[in-house]
Amino acid sequence: MSDDGAAGDDAPAENQPHQFERLPATAAERDVPERATREGVVEFWAERYGVDPSVWEGYTFWEKGAGKVWAFADDLPSPVEVEALGMTFLRTGGEHWKPTTDAVQRFGRHATADDTVIDLSREQATRFLAGEDQELDWDGDWGYLVVRHEYGGGSVTGAVPDRADGPRPEPIGVGLFLHGELRSQVPKGRRREL
Amino acid sequence: MTDGIDDPGDVLGRYEPLVDDVEAFRAACARPLPAVVRVNEIKATPDEVRAGFEEEGIAYETVDWHDGLLRLPDGDPGHSWAYVHGWVYGQEEVSAVPALVLDPEPGERVFDPCAAPGSKTTQLSALMEDTGLLVANDSNLGRLSALRSNAERCGVSNVAVTNADARNFSLKPFSEGDEDDPFDRALVDVPCSCEGTIRKNPDTLAGWTLDHVEGVAGVQKGILERAIEMTAPGGTVVYSTCTFAPEENEAVLDHALRNSDCELVEVDLPLESRPGVTEWEGEEYDPAVERARRIYPHHNDTGGFFCAKLEVTT
Repeated sequence: MSDDGAAGDDAPAENQPHQFERLPATAAERDVPERATREGVVEFWAERYGVDPSVWEGYTFWEKGAGKVWAFADDLPSPVEVEALGMTFLRTGGEHWKPTTDAVQRFGRHATADDTVIDLSREQATRFLAGEDQELDWDGDWGYLVVRHEYGGGSVTGAVPDRADGPRPEPIGVGLFLHGELRSQVPKGRRREL
Repeated sequence: MTDGIDDPGDVLGRYEPLVDDVEAFRAACARPLPAVVRVNEIKATPDEVRAGFEEEGIAYETVDWHDGLLRLPDGDPGHSWAYVHGWVYGQEEVSAVPALVLDPEPGERVFDPCAAPGSKTTQLSALMEDTGLLVANDSNLGRLSALRSNAERCGVSNVAVTNADARNFSLKPFSEGDEDDPFDRALVDVPCSCEGTIRKNPDTLAGWTLDHVEGVAGVQKGILERAIEMTAPGGTVVYSTCTFAPEENEAVLDHALRNSDCELVEVDLPLESRPGVTEWEGEEYDPAVERARRIYPHHNDTGGFFCAKLEVTT
């Protein structure tokens, strides 16, 4: 798969914004400087949010657009020119990596850390979804948090095998917690007044 | 009898010879349809969605033939937590039929050549348990952005989205080495004259012309032919439309049976339907087209639909 002939060997060592390129497994295999690695992505989710690395076993990670990482539930020969591959997943590049709303909504239920995962009341969740910033009494970490609330509860059977019966805290999106304030990172197109 | 429908050419009258109860057919076509949502099982179970709706005070009715569809008498809940979480997708109930007929399995390679805006794509992904490869293509870039945002909200992560003319789609990017790796299944839900959606869009028939029907039938044949070509022998191709026009339904299947390596197989639907027609306006089709299913608005109180299942041969 890595043997793509001369084109692959001579490829310039920089990000090609029009195509998806699979993240290298480790830093040792990296040819594009600054590019995130699979190892780094898995570690990030494990260390910051307590997501078990086994969650990513079926996934490949790709970069298209500088620092924009996508998660794909299968594999393809890299590079590949398509419009989208899996879902936008993580913004790397800056000092603090930032998960996307899609990633948190889809995988945030696997987050187990209690200092980066915050459960809001319905009223707080509604304000968060509307894009409002709010003062919050929070003892956990600063930075990007997985923001959840309880929804669709009752004595129902969960869609996820690791969930016990009872209300499930459902992830809404990413919040940025700084100086006692939770700033909603819900993208404009996903905000709602409920 | 069809008050409220903009049908200046009486297009529906054209299909009277095909239906069993003309009055009931016309009356159903004139009745609006309730909003329906499909539970997105990538993110939630039907039980959870019902519990969520109850929590939010959203009224729903169950659909007797499918647990994952809910009728909403008060309209589409675009402004609800259920929608925000990607637990539901607004989708007319008959439109849920072709993905169920295709019945893809987790881990397979599936092709969705006319995918936008994504109701069937997201349903296929859920049936595949969001594993394997789902190639979702559409020729229209604008519609593709709707597909992408719907797939994102639903948490679909096994999709590769492409923007190509499905009639000459290339398998190259999805293949290892020099040989093309075929698909296991394809859902060929082609663009059509959409007469079956009259209950949703009462002006669907306002601009109807036979020229358009004949033109779009040519496109449909090309898309189906290429999909069959790219599917492995023994694999399944489902052909579907939301039109009653035999030119776009049985005639397209007849063309595929004569020109491609495929045969039509029986379809067992959980809702009432009629067989495909073998004769239309002086044309005769391969008798096997009877195995296709026609779904009429008056039989299940739904939209109209056409669906056929093909097996690829060598």
